[in-house]
Amino acid sequence: MTANGMPAPGFAASAPCAPATGNLVPLKNEIRHALTRWLEQGEKHVIDLRSIPLAPGEEDRLLEQLGEGEVNARLSIQGTSDIIETRYPGVWLITHYDENESIMGRFIEVCEVPGILTSQADDIRAGLERLEDQLSNAETTA
Amino acid sequence: MSKDKTLGDTLREQGVSRRSFLKFCATTASMMALPPTMIPVIAATLEKLRRPSVIWLSFQECTGCTESLTRSHSATIEDLIFDSISLDYHHTLQAASGSAAEQAREEAMQENYGNYILVVDGSIPGENNGYSTIAGISNKDMLLEVAAGAAAIVAVGSCAAFGGLPNADPNPTGAVSVSDLVKDKAIVNVPGCPPIPAVITGVLVQFLTFGLPELDQLGRPAAFYGNSIHDRCYRRPFYDKGLFANSFDDEGAKKGWCLFKLGCKGPTTYNACATTKWNNGTSFPIEAGHPCLGCSEPDFWDAGGFYKALSTPTEDIGKTAVYAGTAGLIAGAALGVSLRARKQSAVKNHERVTIDDLDEES
Repeated sequence: MTANGMPAPGFAASAPCAPATGNLVPLKNEIRHALTRWLEQGEKHVIDLRSIPLAPGEEDRLLEQLGEGEVNARLSIQGTSDIIETRYPGVWLITHYDENESIMGRFIEVCEVPGILTSQADDIRAGLERLEDQLSNAETTA
Repeated sequence: MSKDKTLGDTLREQGVSRRSFLKFCATTASMMALPPTMIPVIAATLEKLRRPSVIWLSFQECTGCTESLTRSHSATIEDLIFDSISLDYHHTLQAASGSAAEQAREEAMQENYGNYILVVDGSIPGENNGYSTIAGISNKDMLLEVAAGAAAIVAVGSCAAFGGLPNADPNPTGAVSVSDLVKDKAIVNVPGCPPIPAVITGVLVQFLTFGLPELDQLGRPAAFYGNSIHDRCYRRPFYDKGLFANSFDDEGAKKGWCLFKLGCKGPTTYNACATTKWNNGTSFPIEAGHPCLGCSEPDFWDAGGFYKALSTPTEDIGKTAVYAGTAGLIAGAALGVSLRARKQSAVKNHERVTIDDLDEES
């Protein structure tokens, strides 16, 4: 799917007669194990969906089964990125799009909050400098 | 970007946020088939990177490799990568021509001797140097001169890596690969006709980030060429069940069954097409219903015919799959060795393919 919800080019066309790899059940079990590990040891887990062979339509079926939960955030960086908590708390779906709204990467992260969603120290520092400059300019012009 | 500044400095100056950089690193790791745990390592290394000089030489080639790279849709990633290198010579892309272009190459070599990366696409005529020259310099002389000062060489495309189409029988120019001529430098082969654009840029990023990547026996980076097309193919379950398309319009083809009997070279071809895919991840030849041609393997053009099956399964594939379930990878590996031997035999016998053969087989 693209950022505007349209199917990716060539994706839907081949879906009706697409075979299944049988990889969805092992994938969901990997998520189950990752959730258990997070609860017991606080260990974060990331799955790169591009690295797993999936037949046309299987990824859509996986996303449908994971569903959407309480959080849906959109980042506007080099295109957009959608960060969605699935209906299973702690299981996040992260999709990076380029400026043409084509998918650049799709990950499942099992954690409290995906790292890319939190404010980054470098960006906070740069923002603080901008705020200080603005205040200093305001004082000199006042 | 100044050569003295790090990539991190430049990106900050351009107002690129840390989040953007992390997104770039995450998609780059995915592109390079690296585990997501490597994302922080890529971020830390790329941030400190000072951009190296790259000299790109094009010899007996069709420019398809450069087209593959520059026509890629994921411009953001490629832009960032090209921000991190200094492409000092590429006679298809650079504005300068003639002696000015050659002067740029010589200056880049002098300024960065021993440290620049040499990228080559195209094969080199081995018998008569007059078949291909640039500014009056033979391809062989230019390659050896530039290779002498290179830190490493990346042979892009099957022509540079293995001789490719110019090397196909009867090989009128006596075309040879980069590794046939350069013996004293690290050479990374990035074959494909053309290679997947993300793989070309991925290899460059991998080299910049981690140095020389792990290579297979043919000099290809294991990150992209470590798995066969067959092993990563979404049609593989049909192969295991013995369900094949026997023609391009039969019931099996319509149901998306395995294309092995239509000549698919997936079992003996190592590349990232089945996972990275083409046209910005849209699909790959098998997904479009056509067998893999094996274009990232040596001598693919002369390897027995595009539409000729590697071998005819003589046993019950379904039963083999059950045995494979208990014997694990051994059965799969044995089958792979058998198919590879069949291909090597075809190459050795140099089976010629005619138009009549193609008509008959398809």
